[in-house]
Amino acid sequence: MKALNKTLLTAAVAAMLSGAALADGISDGKVKIGVMADMGGPFGDLCGRGCVTAVEMAVEDFGGSVAGAPIELVTADDQNKPDLGSAKAREWIESENVDAITGLVNSAVTGAVSQILTDNRKPALIATSASNVFTTSQCSAFNAHWTYDVVALANGTVKPMVSAGKKKWFFITVDYALGHKLEETASDVVAANGGEVVGAVRAPLGTTDFSSYILQAQASGADVVALANTGTDFVNATKTAAEFGLTDMIDLVGLLVFTPDIQALDPAVIGGMKLTTGFYWDYDDATRDWSKRFIERHGRIPSMGQAGAYSVTMNYLKAIEATDTDDGETVMRYLKTHKPDDFFARNAYLRADGRMVHDMYQVRVKKADERRDGNDIFEIENVIAGDQAFAPMLAQCEFN
Amino acid sequence: MFDINIMALSGQLLIGLINGSFYALLSLGLAIIFGLLNIINFTQGAMYMLGAFVAWFGLDLVGLDYWAALVVAPVLVGVVGMLVQRFLLRPIANENHLYSLLLTIGLAMIIQGFFTHLYGSSGLPYAMPEALKGGFRLPFMYLPMYRAWVVVAALVVCFATWWVIEKTRLGAYLRAGTENPQLMQAFGINVPLIVTATFGFGVALAAFAGVMAAPIYSVSPEMGANLLIVVFAIVVIGGMGSIAGAILAGLLMGVIEGLTKYFYPEASSTVIFLVMVLVLMLKPAGLFGKEA
Amino acid sequence: MRINKLYLSLLVLALLAPLVLYPVFLMKVLCYGLFACAFNLVLGYGGLLSLGHAAFLGTGAYTTGYLATRVGLTPELAILAGTAAAAALGALFGKLSVKRGGIYFGMITLALAQLVFFFYLQAPFTGGEDGMQGIPRGELFGLLSLEDNLTLYYFVLAVFLLGFWVIHRTVHSPFGQVMKAIRENEARAMSLGYNTDDFKWLLFTLSAAVAGLAGSTKALVFQLASLNDAHWQMSGEVVLMTLLGGVGTILGPLAGAGVIVTIQNQLSGGELGNYIHMIMGAIFVICVLAFRSGIVGEIQKLAGRGFSRQGR
Repeated sequence: MKALNKTLLTAAVAAMLSGAALADGISDGKVKIGVMADMGGPFGDLCGRGCVTAVEMAVEDFGGSVAGAPIELVTADDQNKPDLGSAKAREWIESENVDAITGLVNSAVTGAVSQILTDNRKPALIATSASNVFTTSQCSAFNAHWTYDVVALANGTVKPMVSAGKKKWFFITVDYALGHKLEETASDVVAANGGEVVGAVRAPLGTTDFSSYILQAQASGADVVALANTGTDFVNATKTAAEFGLTDMIDLVGLLVFTPDIQALDPAVIGGMKLTTGFYWDYDDATRDWSKRFIERHGRIPSMGQAGAYSVTMNYLKAIEATDTDDGETVMRYLKTHKPDDFFARNAYLRADGRMVHDMYQVRVKKADERRDGNDIFEIENVIAGDQAFAPMLAQCEFN
Repeated sequence: MFDINIMALSGQLLIGLINGSFYALLSLGLAIIFGLLNIINFTQGAMYMLGAFVAWFGLDLVGLDYWAALVVAPVLVGVVGMLVQRFLLRPIANENHLYSLLLTIGLAMIIQGFFTHLYGSSGLPYAMPEALKGGFRLPFMYLPMYRAWVVVAALVVCFATWWVIEKTRLGAYLRAGTENPQLMQAFGINVPLIVTATFGFGVALAAFAGVMAAPIYSVSPEMGANLLIVVFAIVVIGGMGSIAGAILAGLLMGVIEGLTKYFYPEASSTVIFLVMVLVLMLKPAGLFGKEA
Repeated sequence: MRINKLYLSLLVLALLAPLVLYPVFLMKVLCYGLFACAFNLVLGYGGLLSLGHAAFLGTGAYTTGYLATRVGLTPELAILAGTAAAAALGALFGKLSVKRGGIYFGMITLALAQLVFFFYLQAPFTGGEDGMQGIPRGELFGLLSLEDNLTLYYFVLAVFLLGFWVIHRTVHSPFGQVMKAIRENEARAMSLGYNTDDFKWLLFTLSAAVAGLAGSTKALVFQLASLNDAHWQMSGEVVLMTLLGGVGTILGPLAGAGVIVTIQNQLSGGELGNYIHMIMGAIFVICVLAFRSGIVGEIQKLAGRGFSRQGR
């Protein structure tokens, strides 16, 4: 009886809401999407201008208008500063009627922006942030966390290695929230699969010389040294590990690696490393077709964040087209009930907590003699089904 | 943390000395420019980055190998430095020194911004030169050949520079020309030219360090910005203007930083500033500086 | 009289501005303007280049954020506490640094600020990289809600005017005259029996307090306190604002902050965003080469007379 009442009530509320939404149609006669990312700073190559290009491509491919309303883009450089990002998001919503924000790289910025978007009942289309807080401690009905998260990367990279007998792990962790999160997540996976963490060091962000840490890692007796860092820190640590002969005896893995980081390293140094990614441009014809168009415009191969930005924008527009409104709640409900399917999102669905669950790719970095050219960097070893990669949904984050 | 392992500690000490010699090389250029010209040169980090980029251009575009880059990059960047001194710094030479500091901050932002715009922030690959691959297996650690080369090259350059400036006739002209320009001018020595050349040489040292860094560190537009502020602290600790002070403080801070990386890694980028505060409170002119 | 008229017209402009411009943008200008005015107190009137002022901005922001979020203090008390905390830190910094002149002063303030930054990076209550998010704007005196942007704007304007008035009073007081004498000729001021270090210390502490006030207010405006507030780049940015507006002029820092915030805002979107670092760098270079007196300084030169005769 109680359950029935609840269902009836839900249905009634839903009907009312959708009725209201239909009456709304497209607010202010246009659909405005904000692209926010670090454009020129340390994360600039992960999303940045490339994300803007990807979103532009999505808008053009969609035909420039949706449900009879023109689509407009605004962009902003958050410079990795949460205060700049949140101020911009507020301004976009309050004085420019922005309907959704995508891009979103730095987790601190994303956290601040998604809070504002939630307060205003508008979707946060998170394309590049790594942290899984957006579907756990900071979860919201308006988050769509599209591309990947730290849990999926750790599951994809760590689990098979521990299972294959690499039991002892050592972490070189960048000393801020992201690094701690990567280390914590990967440590859990190590422990859950019968491995053991034999040590960890916390290196300040922007460390140039990692030789001290590499020495400590070598002395730890670990089977695997995991780099819980990204960008320049990752590049510096990898170079030093190769130089000090660490990679001759011990496996080195990166827990958060993007294609530009790979291309910043000599194949002799990085070749052979295993890692997990949410997208690789050279996977099949569909990814190659889109990526070729992207390369023509942007000059570099798309990172997973940039491909994700295209996919999430495309699906957002499809949802508006189908529901005839840009109302955040209606669009989110549509996205969660209609499976996305494109070159990026394979076997995919947007879960009720906002986690986009899709195939992840376990890859090995090609050595110099295996590469056709500078863009031929990964050998895909295994496709991991989304449900295997991403963490299960938390009850308190189940939004409908 | 307390079961201090002698083997591990020896390794960390050696690493500290290696990094220290690299710091010494970097701070040397800054110390010369400050000591002889009284200019606080914030472009030093950008010049270091330019050196590494010249090495990359060389290898990637014109087939100039590492060894050639060690010569070509300092020359090219030195010329850039001389142009900067001649056309931007000389016009404000008689103003408050803070202005030259602010000007070089701005210039560093422009250079770094320009390279980020062209090449992105992720960096570019640079292969280790064949001759310097491999290493030596010491009882307590594996010492890469390249690090041994860094120590030797850095110390030779540091010592040679110190010797030229402090012990030769050329160095005497240099010091006299900057301390008492009118007198030297009267002797028929072209003081402005000496000043420009000195600035160029200081900057060239940064470019040399940049080429040295290319095979082992990320070659990216921001590579200099992270180091600059640390190197600055080292020059201050050594005593601004003291060339020997900059070299010794570089070695010392390399070791202190190395030990911090072992005992309390989180603080390894901060410890230098702690030392700096302590030194300035106890010896206001720095460890080897003369009291003004 | 002319000066009063100028101030009055500026005040009217400030009161009407939110009708035309976005209030959060204006509040940002006011917060940074106040920060730059505080910094200018030390550089322009004390002749000391501090490279560590971000420590005070950050301390104000974190203290206010912590007290408003965890303890539930009302905004005015949280701001007061943030200001006091920054003043205390400034007093400590000042004790350690004012004896050193010139570049050594800059270096020691930079080093101390780096230690403070490290503390905020490691301390659990600051939220590390994520910063302290969702700081409540709260209710003024427990009565008036500051949630609304326009209400908050007038509150921030009042705070700014208070800070500005304190600076103005200080500069024009006998204390300010002594400071000017010290800046021009320290040896002579000493021979007249002034303990110049004490004067500098007081000035530095006051500057830190006002910088803290700016940081505290900023934390309420953006509902966020983050590591950027305490980062050395912030210390550099305030130098740029002051230099651009006019070192040692009373209104210069506000003008400089206005220009920089506008540029940042305008450039953050659009194609020119790629060039933001280059443009900021170019402003530095051009200012130093051609406009060392800054915007307000140049206007004063043109007008042939100062709005304030304190300017160089």
